Amino acid sequence: MMAKNADPLLTVENITMRFGGLLAVNNLSFVAQRGDITAIIGPNGAGKTTVFNCITGFYKPTSGRIALAFPAPASPEQIQQLTETGQRYAVHEGGGLFLLERMPDFQIASKARVARTFQNIRLFAGMTVLENLVVAQHNPLMRASGFSFLGLFGSGSYKAAERAAVERACHWLEKINLIGRADDPAGDLPYGDQRRLEIARAMCTDPVLLCLDEPAAGLNPRESAELNELLRYIRDEEKTSILLIEHDMSVVMEISDHIVVLEYGTKIADGTPDQIRNDPKVVAAYLGVEDEEVEKAEAEVGI
Amino acid sequence: MATIAEAKAIPAQAISWSGALRKSAFAALVTLGLCFPVVAFRTEVDISNRLMILPRWGLVLTFVAIAFFGRLLIALVAERRAGKVRAARRRIAVSDRTGNVLGVLGLSLLAAYPFLSIWLTGMSGSVKWIDNFGIQILIYIMLGWGLNIVVGLAGLLDLGYVAFYAVGAYSTALLTKTFGLSFWMVLPLAGILAAFWGILLGFPVLRLRGDYLAIVTLAFGEIIRLILINWVDVTGGYAGISGIPRPTFFGIPFNASDQGFAAVFGIEFSPLHRTIFLYYIIFGLALVTYWVTIRLRRLPVGRAWEALREDEIACRALGINTVSTKLTAFAIGAMFGGFAGAFFAARQGFISPESFVFMESAVIVAIVVLGGMGSPFGVAIAAIAMIGGTEILRELDWLKMVFGSDFDPTQYRMLLFGLAMVVMMVWKPRGLISTREPSVFLKSRKGVSVEHVSEGHG
Repeated sequence: MMAKNADPLLTVENITMRFGGLLAVNNLSFVAQRGDITAIIGPNGAGKTTVFNCITGFYKPTSGRIALAFPAPASPEQIQQLTETGQRYAVHEGGGLFLLERMPDFQIASKARVARTFQNIRLFAGMTVLENLVVAQHNPLMRASGFSFLGLFGSGSYKAAERAAVERACHWLEKINLIGRADDPAGDLPYGDQRRLEIARAMCTDPVLLCLDEPAAGLNPRESAELNELLRYIRDEEKTSILLIEHDMSVVMEISDHIVVLEYGTKIADGTPDQIRNDPKVVAAYLGVEDEEVEKAEAEVGI
Repeated sequence: MATIAEAKAIPAQAISWSGALRKSAFAALVTLGLCFPVVAFRTEVDISNRLMILPRWGLVLTFVAIAFFGRLLIALVAERRAGKVRAARRRIAVSDRTGNVLGVLGLSLLAAYPFLSIWLTGMSGSVKWIDNFGIQILIYIMLGWGLNIVVGLAGLLDLGYVAFYAVGAYSTALLTKTFGLSFWMVLPLAGILAAFWGILLGFPVLRLRGDYLAIVTLAFGEIIRLILINWVDVTGGYAGISGIPRPTFFGIPFNASDQGFAAVFGIEFSPLHRTIFLYYIIFGLALVTYWVTIRLRRLPVGRAWEALREDEIACRALGINTVSTKLTAFAIGAMFGGFAGAFFAARQGFISPESFVFMESAVIVAIVVLGGMGSPFGVAIAAIAMIGGTEILRELDWLKMVFGSDFDPTQYRMLLFGLAMVVMMVWKPRGLISTREPSVFLKSRKGVSVEHVSEGHG
């Protein structure tokens, strides 16, 4: 199921995740293309968030490989070569090849440039909106502050870096229409604004891949439409690829370039929105099966 | 708009009354249940050596009534507080400016304090005020500010902070006595050693949170103290170390000799000179602690500490190395504890494990919690109230005239301490100054109300 112009950013190969006796993800493989919005959908408990946690390093998959390469795709041979060296990643000018299953979570964010949001919003509620976006730029600011030593004595280079960080934050605040609330605590924002702020915060880390866990959950139709627009802007203008878990089909079908469907930890379909919409397995997983088939199934188990 | 608000307020009031009454009745019932076997009957042996049961229902009734009305009072106070939250938020903008003015005023008062106390109490009377009050309070302010980095900013509850104070004090004592180094050379070393121990403590507790972290840090404090007691060859055990050299003024000692401070500057010798000098050393050290804390809060590492307190998982998702962030918090907090310890050793001239018991850690944590976690100003006020308050109890000899000559006010220290804690927790559960000041702002610096700020879970 390869896209026409193959330019893979993220290659997930045969990942399996077990929690004790529970098989949460079963031998899953898929590819997220550069510059695409890739959606992972499936019924509740299908293992979508587990896949996310594996990609972003919060879980170590039981087996399998997750490779990410930018700015150019890596050939299977390159990936194989890196795998055999036992290294976590190979960096070169302006990018590199990263084996995410080997890296700790914070390195995936800082080195492999994968940012994520959470299903239950995880903002720093006691910090202001602006501070949330500045914290997201921790690593470049840390370098600019000479790991705090230069910054402690008020070096000019750190001040300039901090100003740039605030400017970048303002750029995103304008994008999500929260510039007027920059100095308010993040915990004071309405739910929909918090969702958008979390996306903006993730974008402030300057990612190549943005992973969004149910960004439209709890949004009203107008807010969902705004979200679609924001995600398109991120894909088209910021050139950041997006990986998305979503239940809201109006969001998924409208903006996704590519959809992966999971059920019980197994991939049941993979393709464009049109292909997915007409896939009988997907329809069965989501809507259930016809009545006569239920009778047939019941007869089989002897009810 | 106003009428709607009032209309809403009236039923809310009514509901709160019934709720409060229900809660009070429940409390009364629980009290009755508890009192029934314990208080209601008293056994007594009568003259003919028979066991008698004396019912005491009057006493039970009194207890139940106390529980009922006490609970009612608390419920009503809580109601009123809830109503005041919005109003309090509006006041924040004002309190910011008054905070600055108060800060400058407090600072100049502290700087002039030794001379003020000489002016007010005379040369001989002022030793007590400068030493017992001034220096003692400043040591605790400094310790409070140091611990504030760990507990207030990074949200890591450290109950063994006194260990770093001890490391600073003992390294000063041992280095000065063994190698003949001066206080000023040992001071930075004591800070570095304490920071090293901070990292050493930090490693094993990285994965612990909340209560578990508190228990392990508490144990760490006890380990250090027990080592100090038992490693007699080095530390002298219970006997401690005495004869620690005092700090000098650019090499000029404070004594009555010809090379002494008084002789060199041509003034009459007085032991007060050293006390005043010590006062300004600890004042300087405390100011450095304050300055560094304030600066660090506005640097990425300080923001990362606060972000860590708010949500550790989100920090990791943003590429913040939580391990090094936690370790720097432990190390820098410990370093200031070490500086304070070094000063303590040089000021006393004698140290023993007695000075580094768990109670000290508890007092420092209490100062940080009472002051409002993360607020240097609040911590300073809490230190003045707690340490100054307990010291002032020694001065209340006139109470003996009221309660008889057996009455010793210092014996009631802990009782008052506990009472103050309970009152604080009811009145201001998040400390004296509980609004958080943002580290960076776009248009206006608005305080963040305490309801949003997390307490940290390790």
